[in-house]
Amino acid sequence: MTGTMGTPSPIIEARGLIKTYGSVVALDGADFELYPGEVLAVIGDNGAGKSTLIKCLSGALVPDEGEIRVEGQPVHFRRPQDARAVGIETVYQSLAVAPALDIASNMYLGRELRRPGVLGSVFRMLDHGAMQRHAREQLQHLGIGTIQSITQAVETLSGGQRQAVAVARAAAFGSKVIILDEPTAALGVKESAQVLKLIRDLRDRGLPVILISHNMPHVFEVSDRVHIQRLGRRVAVVTPATHTASDAVAIMTGALDAAGATSAA
Amino acid sequence: MTSVTTIDPAERFLRRQTPIQRVHHVLHAYPAISPLIVLVAASVVFGLVNPRFFMPENLSLIGQQVAVVGALAIGQTIIILTAGIDLSVGAVMVFTAMIMASSVASFGLPAPAALALGVVVGTAAGGINGLLVTRLRLPPFIVTLGTLNVFVALTLLYSGGQTVQSQDIPDLLLWPGQAIDFGSFKITTGVIMMLLMYAVGSYVLRNTAWGRHIYAVGDDIEAARLAGISVSRLLLSGYMVAGFVYAITAWIMIGRVGAASPNAATDANLDSITAVVIGGTSLFGGRGLLIGSLLGALIVGVFRNGLALAGVDVLWQTLVVGVLVIVAVATDQWIRRVRA
Repeated sequence: MTGTMGTPSPIIEARGLIKTYGSVVALDGADFELYPGEVLAVIGDNGAGKSTLIKCLSGALVPDEGEIRVEGQPVHFRRPQDARAVGIETVYQSLAVAPALDIASNMYLGRELRRPGVLGSVFRMLDHGAMQRHAREQLQHLGIGTIQSITQAVETLSGGQRQAVAVARAAAFGSKVIILDEPTAALGVKESAQVLKLIRDLRDRGLPVILISHNMPHVFEVSDRVHIQRLGRRVAVVTPATHTASDAVAIMTGALDAAGATSAA
Repeated sequence: MTSVTTIDPAERFLRRQTPIQRVHHVLHAYPAISPLIVLVAASVVFGLVNPRFFMPENLSLIGQQVAVVGALAIGQTIIILTAGIDLSVGAVMVFTAMIMASSVASFGLPAPAALALGVVVGTAAGGINGLLVTRLRLPPFIVTLGTLNVFVALTLLYSGGQTVQSQDIPDLLLWPGQAIDFGSFKITTGVIMMLLMYAVGSYVLRNTAWGRHIYAVGDDIEAARLAGISVSRLLLSGYMVAGFVYAITAWIMIGRVGAASPNAATDANLDSITAVVIGGTSLFGGRGLLIGSLLGALIVGVFRNGLALAGVDVLWQTLVVGVLVIVAVATDQWIRRVRA
C-alpha cells in the first residue's frame, strides 16, 4: 500500500471503537483501516485490545460505541454470521473445527450444499459429493496436497493440516477479507512456514488478510503494514520497510514514542 | 506442502502401523462394526448352545421384545449425539401412552384424535426438556432426572394408578401389536414401525444439514456456534424430535402389551441408554451411528433370550448386560484415542 495508485479507499474502516467490560476498558476509541490486497498485521501486548478489536470486526462482539464501515457502507454486526454475510471470514485461534467430523463436513459446516431438484428441496438431501469435490479443490488450490482423504476426520490431522483446513474454509467463503487469529501460535517451524505461505497465496489471489500474531519474525516476514495496538487504541501503523521488529515492540510497550511512526499509514 | 510426495525415514517410522493399529483405525472409521461383530458372534454361540435360538418363533419373539427399547433408543441416540442424556425417556413414553389410552377410554375421544393428542403431548414433553436445557442452561442429566420424576408422578396422578385394559383400547392403538406372518416367522407392525423410524432417522442424521449439525454440536459446541449454527434452536428441535419418537414408541408399547399401565416399562429409561452405549455411540457426543443403537438393543435382546434358552437365571442375564455396558464404553474410549 504505497502511494502508487493514489489513496485507495479502505475495505474495512473503523472509527472510535469503544468496548468496556464493567470497569475494564478494552477498546478506548480505536481506529482501524484495511486496504485492498494487503496483509495487515495487528500486534499489541496482552490487554492492548487487539482481540477485542478483531472480535468487533468479525461480529463476535458488538462495540459499545464507534462505527465500522465495509467498503464505505456502515455495518452493524451482531453475530459472526452477519460479518460472514458480507464476506469477512475469521479463522479463530481455537480453529473452530469439529474434530470428529471429516474435512469436507467441517468446511461446509453451517452452509451445507443440498442436492438439486426434489431430493434437495423436499428430502433436504445433502450433496456430499459436491462438497467433497469443492473441498478437495480448495485445498489443492491453496497448495495443501498432503491430506490423504477429504473424508478423514479432522482429529486425525496434524496441527498444521488442521490449520490449513480452517484457512481453506475461510478462503473458500471469504469474498472480501480473511482474519487469522494467532495462526502460527501452536505450530512448529515447518508448519508455520506453510501457513505463512498460505497467507501470501491468499494475498496474491487478491484477498486482504488481517493477521493477529505475537510472533514478530512472522509478522515482519509476511505483512505489508503493521497496526500497533496499545492501551485500547491504535498508536501507530508501521511498515516492515521503515521499521524493525524491535522498533515495533518498543512502540507496543510504550518504550518508544509513537509520534512520527504513523506516517506509514 | 506443495509437492512433498517423498516420505523421509522418520515419517515412515511414524506412519508404520501394527496390525492392532490397523484394526483401531478401521473401528474408528466404522463405529458400527464392533457391535455388529458382537451381535453375530453371540447369535452363533447361542445357536450352538441351543438350536431353538434360530427357530423363526424365537427370532420373532426377540424382535418383539426389542421393539420398545429399540424405538426409544432412536430418540436417546439423538440426545446423546448432542452430548446430552435423557433419563426421562421411559417416563415420557408411559405418560404419553396413558394419555392416548385414557383419552379414549375415559373421555371418549376418537382413536385417531387420541393418537394425535399423544404425539403432541410427547413432542411437547421433549420440548420442555429442551427448553430447560437451552434456556436455563442446566445440564441435561439434571433436567431429565427432574422431568423423569415429574412425568412418573403425573402419570400416576392422572391415571390414579389404574391400568387401561385392552377391551377399553381401540383397535388403532393396538394395531402395532398385530403380527404379519411370513411362514412361521411373525413380525409385528410395531417392529416394522421401529425399523422404519431407524431408516428415516439414519437418513436424516447422515444426509441432512440438521443431522450433521446434531453431530457438530455434540462434537464441539463452540465450533458449531462459530460456524453459524443456532445451537439453542438445534438442541430444542433435537429434544422435540426425541419426544416425538417416544410418543410413537408409546403407541408401539400399547400394541405390544395390549394395555396401558402406569407402572409399565420402568426399566426403559436405562435400557435405552444401554442400547445406545453398547451400539458404540459415545456418551461425550458427536460420535456414533443410529444403526449402532439398533444393534445395541438387539445385542441386549439376544443375550437375554439366549441366556434364558440356555437355562441361565435372569439375575445372571442382568449381570451380563452390565458387563456388556462397561466393555462397550471401554472400547469406545480406546477407539477415540486414535493416533493422528
